[in-house]
Amino acid sequence: MKVYETDGLTAKKQLPWLVVLPGSIDEVQRIVRLCHQFEVPVVARGAGTGLSGGAMPHAEGVLLILAKLNRVLSVDLKNLSATLEPGVTNLAISEAVKSFGLYYAPDPSSQIACSIGGNVAENSGGVHCLKYGLTVHNVRKLKVISPTGDLYDVGSDAFDSAGYDLLALLHGSEGMLGIVVEVTVKLLPMPESICVVMAGFASVDGAAAAVTDIIAAGILPAGLEMMDRPAIQAAEAFVNVGYPTEAEALLLCELDGIEAELDTQLHRLTQILRGNGATSIATAHDSEDRERLWLGRKAAFPALGRIAPDYYCMDGTIPRRQLSFVLNRISSLSEEFSLPVANVFHAGDGNLHPLILYDANETDELQRAEEFGARILELCIEVGGTITGEHGVGVEKIDQMCIQFSKAELILFHGIKAAFDSKSILNPGKAVPTLHRCAEFGAMHVHRGQEKFPELDRF
Amino acid sequence: MLSHDITESLVEQVKEATDRGIPLVIEGGGSKNFYGYPQSVDLQRLYTTGHRGVIDYSPDELVIHVRAGTPLSEVKQLVADNRQMLAFEPPDFGANATIGGVVACGLSGPRRPYTGAVRDFVLGVTMITGSAEVLNFGGQVMKNVAGYDVSRLVTGALGTLGVILDVSLKVLPAPELEVTRTIRVARHGFQSLLQSMSRKLPISAAAHEQGTLSVRVSGSELAVKEALKELAGEEQENAYWDQLNNLEHFTEARQLWRVSVAPGSGAWLQEAALVDWGGGLRWIVDPTVCPGTIASGEGQVTLMKYDLASLDRELDIFQPLGEPLAGIHQRLKRQFDPAGIFNPGRMYRDI
Repeated sequence: MKVYETDGLTAKKQLPWLVVLPGSIDEVQRIVRLCHQFEVPVVARGAGTGLSGGAMPHAEGVLLILAKLNRVLSVDLKNLSATLEPGVTNLAISEAVKSFGLYYAPDPSSQIACSIGGNVAENSGGVHCLKYGLTVHNVRKLKVISPTGDLYDVGSDAFDSAGYDLLALLHGSEGMLGIVVEVTVKLLPMPESICVVMAGFASVDGAAAAVTDIIAAGILPAGLEMMDRPAIQAAEAFVNVGYPTEAEALLLCELDGIEAELDTQLHRLTQILRGNGATSIATAHDSEDRERLWLGRKAAFPALGRIAPDYYCMDGTIPRRQLSFVLNRISSLSEEFSLPVANVFHAGDGNLHPLILYDANETDELQRAEEFGARILELCIEVGGTITGEHGVGVEKIDQMCIQFSKAELILFHGIKAAFDSKSILNPGKAVPTLHRCAEFGAMHVHRGQEKFPELDRF
Repeated sequence: MLSHDITESLVEQVKEATDRGIPLVIEGGGSKNFYGYPQSVDLQRLYTTGHRGVIDYSPDELVIHVRAGTPLSEVKQLVADNRQMLAFEPPDFGANATIGGVVACGLSGPRRPYTGAVRDFVLGVTMITGSAEVLNFGGQVMKNVAGYDVSRLVTGALGTLGVILDVSLKVLPAPELEVTRTIRVARHGFQSLLQSMSRKLPISAAAHEQGTLSVRVSGSELAVKEALKELAGEEQENAYWDQLNNLEHFTEARQLWRVSVAPGSGAWLQEAALVDWGGGLRWIVDPTVCPGTIASGEGQVTLMKYDLASLDRELDIFQPLGEPLAGIHQRLKRQFDPAGIFNPGRMYRDI
């Protein structure tokens, strides 16, 4: 049982009352009906790689693990879609359709392990969502089991469906509204040509300005990622791929499309990078070189794991123009809390992943890391952003929900939950805080960046 | 561009209506009043057209934040001036269309299969629900999974969940060049022809009518010129897509059915006067037998235009929902609009 006590957010532990691993949709329905009858909480889990504790077990509940439902059911080449059981891993989808020259676009960093069912529950992103969208943009249809055990379709094989857009509503709903047991995803043809450009900068501001200019020039990269000095150095020490260790910031920009177009874009991109003071530029065309440049970025989290016993990964999203300001503020918070921080993130989407480095064995370091994290999230809200771009609220960010949303908005969220799950047996206590909890937390609702006093300390 | 914020007076009107239980018909420019069940002229109107103007638009953020009553034409012009576009290519149905109406109706144009639908570009909404309070969902950022995705839920809900006040939309760079060409091909052969082309060409629209496939390619000048080497056929005006998008082909139709299915499906393929969305959208004009419903999960049938006489025959305008979907819809409606005052019966008779 102990192996199930956490998901990817290892700081939050809870032993489940019971773990079940159904092998068919029918078994899932029977389990859910029983739980409904006896009002037993059900926490659905795929691979358990989620980073916000959304699949943390319930002490009196069933942990429903869908990982055994892992077959690719069909691939439809006429309509470019694939139908999957929820336990199929993200990467396995692209692997299964590779021979047809197709792939599935969203690619969260945990893609070798995370499941498509979990991707739907969290509306997962990845490095390619600037151009290709999140999970919600790449799923056509779901088969869902309601809390009463009914099986129904949401969305369709067509480009739209009758009624309200429940397909969108279920994405990112963190297992609170239904249990996804089948997913039909959209497939894309692999691009004709891909290149990756890596640029080192002497300042974070220069790199941030380059990001803005790239988008302003009408270039839509497949991926646009930034790393700061601590992240560059940790990654380079770990995988040794030739990152410029003297740089303060590094940009990785992937362009894809038809070959003729790529050349023009590459030329413009290089000009922009130089114009913003890039100190080094490297371009990779063949797949081996591209993989090598990406390797450092993809290995950044484990690389940081080598230099600090523990790290705490944040996930706020901000308007891109606030990038420099927010990164500088995070840096001063780092001094205030005496904890180092490294930044590895999806610059193109403004989706930050500050990693707070700490040692859980040291007195009060975990608590300080959590406070530091909370301050970063509040900062994101203040500049008009959000507390979570792709990791979800789960249990981790539930208090910050009280800051991002007003009482009336939270009441409506609870209303939506009740419309699907009147007995509240699906993943109770996650994602949306009770009003009581918010009152105890004592948070002040910050209304969409209209409180523009980020220089003031908040208590 | 005119800019007025009349949030307060709209909230006041909603408050009065909820207190007294009086239904409100939410109307922008009225350009899509034909869509959905007719709303009695006796019902009180809530006009959003006075609530207009751009709240924020920074082209390098790829986001535009506007008040619902802003004319669609102004928004399209503004983003075009900055070499950007609303990539879901909404139809206008006349000069009065507002951006709020575009989001509430959720109708997307010929570019839909290639770049996405309205809902794919909605990042956030501010709305008034039945509690007569101003609520915010989503925001102005690209990625946001805090709370349920209410902004996409209200997209296409035909105003039945509340009054949309402001919307944030993702915009995309506009293509440098677009060219349309036509190819003679029979109905039964166009899907496979299109499929063989779609891997190589930057297609942004594809429709088939009267033995002719029209294909639009978009992108940088260089990319389009390359593509045209592969795309044999007659040159056609790009204006064709606007006409098609605004249903100008069907002005004479007494009854117009819209059938949305998978692009490769055989359903209503031969009967359709026009097939858009690369095969995914079939338009049926004045059929002797009305299209039945499409199985849930396979698509939907909508009666887009009708004369009132045909409604007397109890035709469904939107495909009926089975259980448990119908129940979920009713319960969601009650949560958003307990007094049942927003556009009652516009989408389904009971919501």
